[in-house]
Formats: sequence, C-alpha cells, structure tokens
Amino acid sequence: MKKYRILIAKPGLDGHDRGAKVVAHALRDAGFEVIYTGLRQTPEQIVKTAIQEDVDLIGLSILSGAHLQLSKKVIELMKKEGIASIPVFVGGIIPPDDVPKLLEIGVARVFGPGTPLSKIVQEVREVLEGVASTSES
Amino acid sequence: MYDKEQLRRIFDAFEQWQAQVESDLKKYPERKEKFVSSSGYEFKRCYTPLDVSELDYLKDLGMPGDYPYTRGVQRTMYRGRLWTMRQYAGFGTAEETNKRFKYLLQQGQTGLSVAFDLPTQIGYDSDHPLAEGEVGRVGVAVDSLKDIETLFDGIPLKDVSTSMTINSTAVILLSMYAVTAEKQGAKLEELRGTIQNDILKEYIARGTYIFPPEPSMKIVTDIFEFCAQHMPKWNTISISGYHIREAGANAVQELAFTFADAVAYVEAAIKAGLDPNVFGRQLSFFFAAHNNFLEEIAKFRAARRIWAKIMKERFKVTNQEALRLRFHTQTGGSTLTAQQPLNNIVRVAIQALAAVLGGTQSLHTNSFDEALGLPTEQSVQVALRTQQIIAYESGVADIVDPLAGSFALEALTNQIEEKVWEYLQKIDSLGGMVRAIELGYVQKEIHKSAYEQQLAIEKGEQIVVGVNAFQTKEERPVENILKVDPALEEKQKQALRQLREQRDNRAVANALKELKQAAKEGKNIVPYVFEAVKCYATLGEISDVLREVYGEYTESTSI
Amino acid sequence: MNHKQIAKFITLIENEPERARQVLKDLPRKTCPVIGFTGSPGVGKSTLIDQVIARLRSMNKTVAVVAVDPSSPFSQGAFLGDRVRMKKHFLDEGVFIRSMASRGALGGLNESIYDVVELLEAAGFDYVLVETVGVGQAEVEVRYVADVVVLVLSPGFGDEMQLLKAGVMEIADIYVVNKSDLAGNDSLYDQLIGFLTFAGRDVSSVVKTSALNGSGVEELVDKMTTLWKTLVETGRLKQLRRERSRHHAETLARRTLQKYLSLVDSEDPYKAVESALRSMCERLKNGQGGGT
Repeated sequence: MKKYRILIAKPGLDGHDRGAKVVAHALRDAGFEVIYTGLRQTPEQIVKTAIQEDVDLIGLSILSGAHLQLSKKVIELMKKEGIASIPVFVGGIIPPDDVPKLLEIGVARVFGPGTPLSKIVQEVREVLEGVASTSES
Repeated sequence: MYDKEQLRRIFDAFEQWQAQVESDLKKYPERKEKFVSSSGYEFKRCYTPLDVSELDYLKDLGMPGDYPYTRGVQRTMYRGRLWTMRQYAGFGTAEETNKRFKYLLQQGQTGLSVAFDLPTQIGYDSDHPLAEGEVGRVGVAVDSLKDIETLFDGIPLKDVSTSMTINSTAVILLSMYAVTAEKQGAKLEELRGTIQNDILKEYIARGTYIFPPEPSMKIVTDIFEFCAQHMPKWNTISISGYHIREAGANAVQELAFTFADAVAYVEAAIKAGLDPNVFGRQLSFFFAAHNNFLEEIAKFRAARRIWAKIMKERFKVTNQEALRLRFHTQTGGSTLTAQQPLNNIVRVAIQALAAVLGGTQSLHTNSFDEALGLPTEQSVQVALRTQQIIAYESGVADIVDPLAGSFALEALTNQIEEKVWEYLQKIDSLGGMVRAIELGYVQKEIHKSAYEQQLAIEKGEQIVVGVNAFQTKEERPVENILKVDPALEEKQKQALRQLREQRDNRAVANALKELKQAAKEGKNIVPYVFEAVKCYATLGEISDVLREVYGEYTESTSI
Repeated sequence: MNHKQIAKFITLIENEPERARQVLKDLPRKTCPVIGFTGSPGVGKSTLIDQVIARLRSMNKTVAVVAVDPSSPFSQGAFLGDRVRMKKHFLDEGVFIRSMASRGALGGLNESIYDVVELLEAAGFDYVLVETVGVGQAEVEVRYVADVVVLVLSPGFGDEMQLLKAGVMEIADIYVVNKSDLAGNDSLYDQLIGFLTFAGRDVSSVVKTSALNGSGVEELVDKMTTLWKTLVETGRLKQLRRERSRHHAETLARRTLQKYLSLVDSEDPYKAVESALRSMCERLKNGQGGGT
C-alpha cells in the first residue's frame, strides 16, 4: 500500500518552528509519514534529504523574510538533481505580493499566517493525488 | 479580609443566587457550556469575596513597592514615571537603523531596542554561506565594532537606555556596545540597558542557540560577574517568557518555564561563586501580553509575587532590590492576523492596556502589519501612539495597581500562581530546567499547547475575528510593506571585505588566540572578547573560536 | 547504485515488497556489519549514532542508517525526526540516512527492514546502522535484524526495570551507558556491572559514552568492529544470518496467513486456519504466488 511521505523543512537561520511542527503534527494525524529536518537547513541539505527519504512533497517553513531566495535555491537544486517533479509548498510570513513571485519560481502552494490546518491537509491530498494520477497515466 | 459572619451571609446569598441561575439556565442557556482561560482552567461565572476569603492583604499583596510586590515594584508606579516606551527596531544596515532610531527618539520614544539579523544572532558574518538571504532581514546586520559605531552615531550612549535582543552572541554585542560607548566618552558604570542573554529559552522556543547548554550557561555567568563589577546599571539578562508564549505556551506555562529558566541561571551563578543579593538586582524579565485581558493582568501580578518568593525562600536573598521582578512586555506577535490587518491595532491596544494594568516597566507595542512583513514608519507610529494614548488619555496610569481587590482578578492571580508552582515542582523533579530541556519535556509541553490551540481554532471553539469568523470576502491589501533592499547584503559584504583588509590582522589573530586560550582554561571570557572587539575582530571570527572550544548544539525534536 | 536509486528502491520495498524482491534477488549479495541500536526514547540513540557515523567516516568507511519511529495507531501517520540529530552528515556522499515508520509492526522495527538491510548491504555500504523505535519494550526484533546489538542506557529513564522486564538486556552484545557526564550515571553503571556479573556475562561489553564531548565513541566503534570480526571468524555470522532469514520467513508467513485468515468466515479457530491454508495452497497451485 502506498503511503505518502512528506518532508517538512526549515531552511535558513530562522528558529521559529512552531508553525512547522504544528503542520507536521497535523499531517501525521491526517495519516502521512512526515520527515522533519530540524532547524537551520541549507537548500543543499534539504534537497539531499528529499532524495534519501524519497518524499512525495516538500513543505518549507520560512518566517524570516528570506522566502524568495531560499525557495528559489531549493527549486534550482531540485532541478539539478532531477527531482523537480516533487511539489513544493511554502508557509510563513509571506507578503501578498510575493505570492505570485513564489508561484512563478515553481512553488505549488503558498500559505500565509492564519491558514487553517484543514486547508493545508486538503491541498496536500489534492496535489499528491493529482501527481499520483498523472504519473500513473 | 472578611469576618466569618460576613462570609456566612455572603455564602447564603451566593447559594440563593446560584439556585436562581440554575433555573434561569434551563430557559436561557449561556453562550458556552464552559468558559476556559488560555491556560485551560475554567473561569467561574462570577467571583465573590468567597473566592478570596483566604487572601491576607499584607502577606499576599502588600503595599506597592513592598514584598511580595504583587501590586508593583515601585511605590508610586506610573504617577512617578511612566513605563519606558521601547519599540524593537532594526533592519538592513547599521546606517539605516541609525536613521530609524533617530526618528523614534524624535517621536517621543524613551529607550532604544535593537533587533539584529539572524546571522548576527547565530554568530555568522554576513559573507558566511548560511547567511545568504538573511543579511539585514529581521534586524540590523552587525559584523564588527564598526557597525555598532555607525548604529549609534550621534546618539549619546550615556543618556539613552538600550535593549539588545541578543543571546548566544550577547557577550560580543555587549562588548561592542561598551567599547563604542567608551569611545564616545561614556563610562562603563553609567551605561544603562539590557541584553537578552537568555540562552535557555533559545533551546525551547526561539532557536538562535550556538553552543550546548553547559558552556552557554558559563558565558551567561561570565557576563553576570563582569557586569556586577563594571556595569552595575546594566541588566545582564532579560529572562524571557515572550518567546515561550509565542511558541505556543499558555499563560501559566509562560511564567512557569520562564521562572524555571531563571532558577537555572541563579543556581549557575551561585555555583560560580556569585552573590544573588548582588547579581539579583540586575536580572530582568520579558513577558508577552496576549488577548485574554483579565488573565494577562493576573499573570503579571502573580509573576511578581512568585519571583519574590523564589528569591527570598529558595535563594535566601535579603536585598530588597534583588527580590523585585522588573519586566519588559511586548504585545503578542502571534495574535496578529494577516486577515483584516487593521483589526490588529485594537488587539494591540487591549494587550498593551493589560501590560500597563499589570505594572510593566517597559513596553513594545506591535505594528498592525507585522503578520505581513516588517513594519513601516506609519504602522510603527500608530503602535507608539497606542501607548501614548494609554499613558496620557486613559487615566489608568494615574492610580497604582487600580484593579487590586477585584474578586475575579485576585482569584485568578492566586490560581495562576498555584499552577506555576506545580510546574516548577515537576521540573525540579526532572532534575532542573537544563535537564528538562535535554529530555525535550518543555518543548513537548509547549508544542502540545500550540497544537491544541490550533485545533480549537479549527473547530471554532476559539474565535479569531477575521480568521475563522467575521471574514470579509475581499481583503484590502496593506500598502507599502517595507522591503529590505537585496542590494544591502552585497553592500554589507563589501564593507566587511574592506574591513578585513584595513584592520591590523596581526592584532586580531593575537586577540583571538588569547580568547581561545581563556575559553579553554575556563577563565571569564568577557575581557578577552572586549580586546578582540577593539581590534575589529568580527562577530563570526569570535564565534568560530568559541565554537571550536565549546562545540555546537543540535536540537531535540519530537511532537 | 546512487542515493536516489537506493531511496526509490526502499520505497518500493515498503510499498510493493514482492515486486521489490524480483529485483533484489538479482543483486550481488554482499555482507557488512549490521549494527542495531536500541534503548528507551530520550537516552540519546540518535546522537550516539551521529557520533558513530562521524567516527566511521574518519576511518573512511561508508555508512547507511535506517532510523525507525513509531506510526500512530490511530492515523497510521508518523513523525520521523531522528535524522535531525545527524544533520552534520547530510551532505556527505558516504552517508545515507533513511527514516522509516514502524507501520504497525511490533518489535520496534518495520517489517520491510529485512529487505531494506539486504539492499543496503548489496549497495556496498561498509556499515549499516539500524535504530529501533525505542519504546522500551518488545524491542527484541532487532536481535534478528542486526549482527551486533547495542543497548543504549541513560540514567533517569527507569531503564533498569523496563529492560529487564522486556528481555532486551539479554539480547544486547554491547551496553552503552550514555551521557556519562550526568549525575546518577555511576549508579546505573554499577547496577549494570552487577547484573552482567550475576548473569555470567562479559562485563567488558560495557562502554561509557558522553554526547557532550564524544568520549567513548571510539571505544564503542572498536568493540562493534572487533565483535563482528569474531562473528565472521568463528562462523557464527553465517548462523546469525540464517536465523535472520528464518525469522524474516516467519514474518512473511505470518503476514501471508493473516491475509488469508481475514478472508475466512469461520468461528472455529482450527477450521479457520485449515481453510486459510487450503485457499493459499489453491492459489499457489494455480501459479499465482502466495501473495504477501
């Protein structure tokens, strides 16, 4: 039976992990296997972890304002390593006009403060099932 | 406070009233079955003298300025001097932040509070690979003494009090500040201000640790010792519940874990041979003010009483000044919503009012746009004005501890105190706070609260206006969100390169060598950091030396 | 095999073990030390493994780690956080770390662990380290998976009682008293020596380590390696490996039979087994495989 594996990562130096852990907890309670990287991960480390853990989705939590640079770097490295098909979600303090920029970089979903957990879980399911059905066809 | 006969009569009246309420409830049920505080205990329908019948005024409250300081740490409180209005600020380069500081002082702010960027907080220079994208982002970038000189250019350090939110690299920033002040002609003993220097909460809530707990505690006590001798007016630590609360703790946990941290610091300092009667005067605290107005006021009052008891009973402190809990308050960042952000102005006002009614010594009010990004000059101004309105228009600053004696408030104060003692006992039984952190106990407790809170919001048990109720269809975007210019990073790096070329590199190497030796031998490292800073050794270079000697910490993670 | 291929292969093993077996059986068989780490949560297993990795890397050995965390019995989801402790090694091409959820398996590991270990050996790693869930009980499965079992202890976890009860003390080859800089550890150490003496076991199998300064790790790695070499030289390893595949087979048999049992509708347990076996045989005769 297929079990989806999700990587929750905290890139950069930001030490606020409340959101990352709450989301990880919710995803676990929704039946996913969640791999948590801990704090202060470089994009290189996150991509290596994604490869070794063979995850189906990556969630980045960034509250320091460095979301554009960090997301871009993660996605570039994913392309280089040939794992760009893994969807990337970003959550954190994201100014509204940065959202389109993140989507353009290749981020699949962006979640700002106050996003209900149920919405995150639902979108994770949607995206994963979408990915699964396209890869099977 | 009541005699037996009075209490009996009140009891009868209460019983009667209760019976009437019960019958009313059949027809008109209350809005909720239970009304619960943020800390999970139930609020009663109505409080009466019966709830505070055990209260002994002189023992439990005392006069303002008297033990156990429930009513405040000064006799006249805000009638004498208002709290310090201190807005946390800093972004980009030292030059820009210097401009913001001057603006704030000119707007009537009475103290400075410096935010540093993450590389500075974690001991990396701006050109370190891990610093990429983070330079000047959440605070000002500091690489060397040069940046601090620029940061306070034209601001006389002997006259202002400065608070610096800095922890694992506190010893470096303190040294830079002191050296800059001396260069301005100020004397060390007249400098006033605070370094956060609260490393334990970094492991459980804020994440800017570098070294493992043990050497970190050594640095903290080194600073205590140095300041007790040379900088007596400086607050050597700001033991912070704020970040613990923001990480998801409730009001009781905020106090409990803060005091557990505090106990660990005091014990470490005593073990290092310091006298709590002396260094105890230089301990300060930092709490959050959240939305539950009455519970928050009760929390601040309980905090003073608990700390006074800890110092007096546990550590046998006799010096009155070392029994007084002095604290800074910041309104709760995590209560701000990205939805309908102007509503945040109201939240901040309520929280700030709670802090003032709770007797804070200084206050930071958040700006309404902070769930979206860094605050703008306009939003910072509204935040500061909120404090000024409370201070000058509301009248609450004109009576000392005006809510004392409220049945509800005194009962809540007692209840919070009781629950905090329970936690402190639990932590003692685990072998103290450092051990409890290593075991992941505290982190788990905080995470549990955070998750429960989030689930309560999901289920609609807890209403957040504009988020899970009263939403508007179209969100009006806030304009002018402050963006840090990405070019700043390059500029900062270039200045750093230049510095490395121009300074006396032999002197730097020598100072670092001596620092390393001192750290290895377990000497007080503060004077050695001073010397390294003076010859423009960078923050990253100094941190690297200490990393080599002390090692690095990896967090414990579980949910 | 590169890391990506290994990782994909593990996923296949976890999700479609039969298909994975078809590929796995054709890989060249290799053997390396498989070291199991068990002990209660919080004793510092992951941190210790992190240090063992560092030591092995300094000896130029490649290392694969499988860290198992429990699945939630309610949601079947899992929070896998062990690798946080090993982040120093994330960029090291000589280190492969994989987190696994126990997925309902008892015994502190995941049922796929046998195939995963076989794969990692075949992939040519010099060492395979396996970290169990660490619930403090029913951790005996690791005995069959690993060649050498390291039991990690630390004071203040009620370890003594827990482990004695669960029989984990008996299955360990090396005992680590971790966090030896903590107060209370001498007492734990003394009790352990006492226990081993009266159990007639070798007290030199005890190592004191400190996560703080990394002391004792070198000694632990030496002990692990020497012990493994002895297993090879005495031919005991072959026997252990036979036991491993026997146990693996038992696991598979149990799972297969359970599947057929679930389809049987009979209240008589004896009859139920009989008809489950019968339908299994039927299916095998038709050449459709046992279907694990």
